[in-house]
Amino acid sequence: MIDVRSVAKRFPNGTEALRDLSFAVKDKEFVSLLGPSGCGKSTALRLVAGLLIPGDGDIAWPHGKPEIGFVFQEPTLMPWADALTNARLPLDLKHMPRAQADARATETLARVGLKGFEQAYPRELSGGMKMRVSIARALAARPQLLLLDEPFAALDEITRNALGDDLRKLWREDGLTVLFVTHSVSESSYLSQRVLVMTQRPGRVAADIALPAGRDSRLSPATVEAQRTISDALNNVMAA
Amino acid sequence: MKRIVDIALPVLVAVLVIGAWQWAVAHWQVPTYVLPAPSAIVAAFLTNFSSLTAALTATFLITIEGFLGAVAAALMLAILFSQSRLIERSLYPYAVILQVTPVVAIAPLILIWIGFEHINLALALLAGLIAFFPVLTSIMLGLKSVDPNLMDLARLYGASRWQRLWKVQLPSALPYLLSGMKTGGVIALIGEVTAEFAAGSGTATGLAWRITESSNRLEIATTFAALVLLATLGVAIFAALSLLEWWLLRRWHESAVRA
Repeated sequence: MIDVRSVAKRFPNGTEALRDLSFAVKDKEFVSLLGPSGCGKSTALRLVAGLLIPGDGDIAWPHGKPEIGFVFQEPTLMPWADALTNARLPLDLKHMPRAQADARATETLARVGLKGFEQAYPRELSGGMKMRVSIARALAARPQLLLLDEPFAALDEITRNALGDDLRKLWREDGLTVLFVTHSVSESSYLSQRVLVMTQRPGRVAADIALPAGRDSRLSPATVEAQRTISDALNNVMAA
Repeated sequence: MKRIVDIALPVLVAVLVIGAWQWAVAHWQVPTYVLPAPSAIVAAFLTNFSSLTAALTATFLITIEGFLGAVAAALMLAILFSQSRLIERSLYPYAVILQVTPVVAIAPLILIWIGFEHINLALALLAGLIAFFPVLTSIMLGLKSVDPNLMDLARLYGASRWQRLWKVQLPSALPYLLSGMKTGGVIALIGEVTAEFAAGSGTATGLAWRITESSNRLEIATTFAALVLLATLGVAIFAALSLLEWWLLRRWHESAVRA
């Protein structure tokens, strides 16, 4: 679905965020981008989203550019609008008729466990609930590709785990392709099918690890084994 | 209980001050043309009720006209600035120059250009000129303070420039606009009164003119009555704009939720 080819990115302040970044993501795959802080993970995600333009190299879409949903590290909600209006934003921007957009946003909010909270304003919701609205908004436009930029980093462990389980379920049910930026080894080992470990800045892919099946819980032997493999790759990156 | 204390304490202070004032004027037999007693001010107000309320209405209408014009102009200019950095760089210095030039200094020019036959329009323009800048800077700050990720998100979903402005930037700037309007509303009144003083007597019909006219005639009690009305108008404008702010922000903005 995505083919990132030798992408480089340098910011106007001189920071070289990425150099020779290459990776591909297949249709319906769940891939995590993992790496140390400041290695250019978020920049890579923004480049894929089209929010940034590569300085060098290119991002190809062999089957055409899909509908994209994006979830930021912060919920990034409109504080002046209720949960329904927030979830409806992509649909409003695409001029979908109000009744249809309301129905779709209501259904999406219910899918992320927020039935009955349609009229609640962001300030009336907990951190986890706000992130659920953010995910609902990303799903409302029925994307084929979901990009997530450390969405659970600011949440407590219980909420983080619950949201991780929900994300896994949504990915399976909707047949989504997911590119998930994280710095959590345990999160990536449980959620994704493949983990791309990035080098320190300027970032590129240091290891491409396909994870085995059988990771049905966070503590299953396969998940723990995957964690060990990812940690080793990450340690090699840090030592380099 | 706290609310009762909040109201009762200022009222108590007012009663004490007015009582002391009334007593002092009577005790030292202060002449009315120096300091009239509160009872004399009330009497002057009742005697001149119709002319004072007519002056109050004139001042109020001109102030509101100028203020609303300033808000509309500031909003349009701020939107223009937010769409083009080049336009902002070209025009913003002139907005600053306009603000730092005292309204009394510009008043004679405006009065001559617009003409004394359109005195109310000239006064409204001067009131608007002084209110314009605080509203402009507030909206500009609001439009610039929008969450960049939210703007990115709108761009990602294919929002047009106007959709971004309408759906994201303007709602985000609303608290700033309302705060600027509170300052601008009160300043517009000051601008209107200053302009009326600059216009001189014989043309304007507002409260400032009544103040000039009554003090020239040494009817100081009437001057005080006009001053009290002016202060009350200022407080009323501020209270009305605060109420509007609270009403529009009550569901989502911390400033209104805590109020």
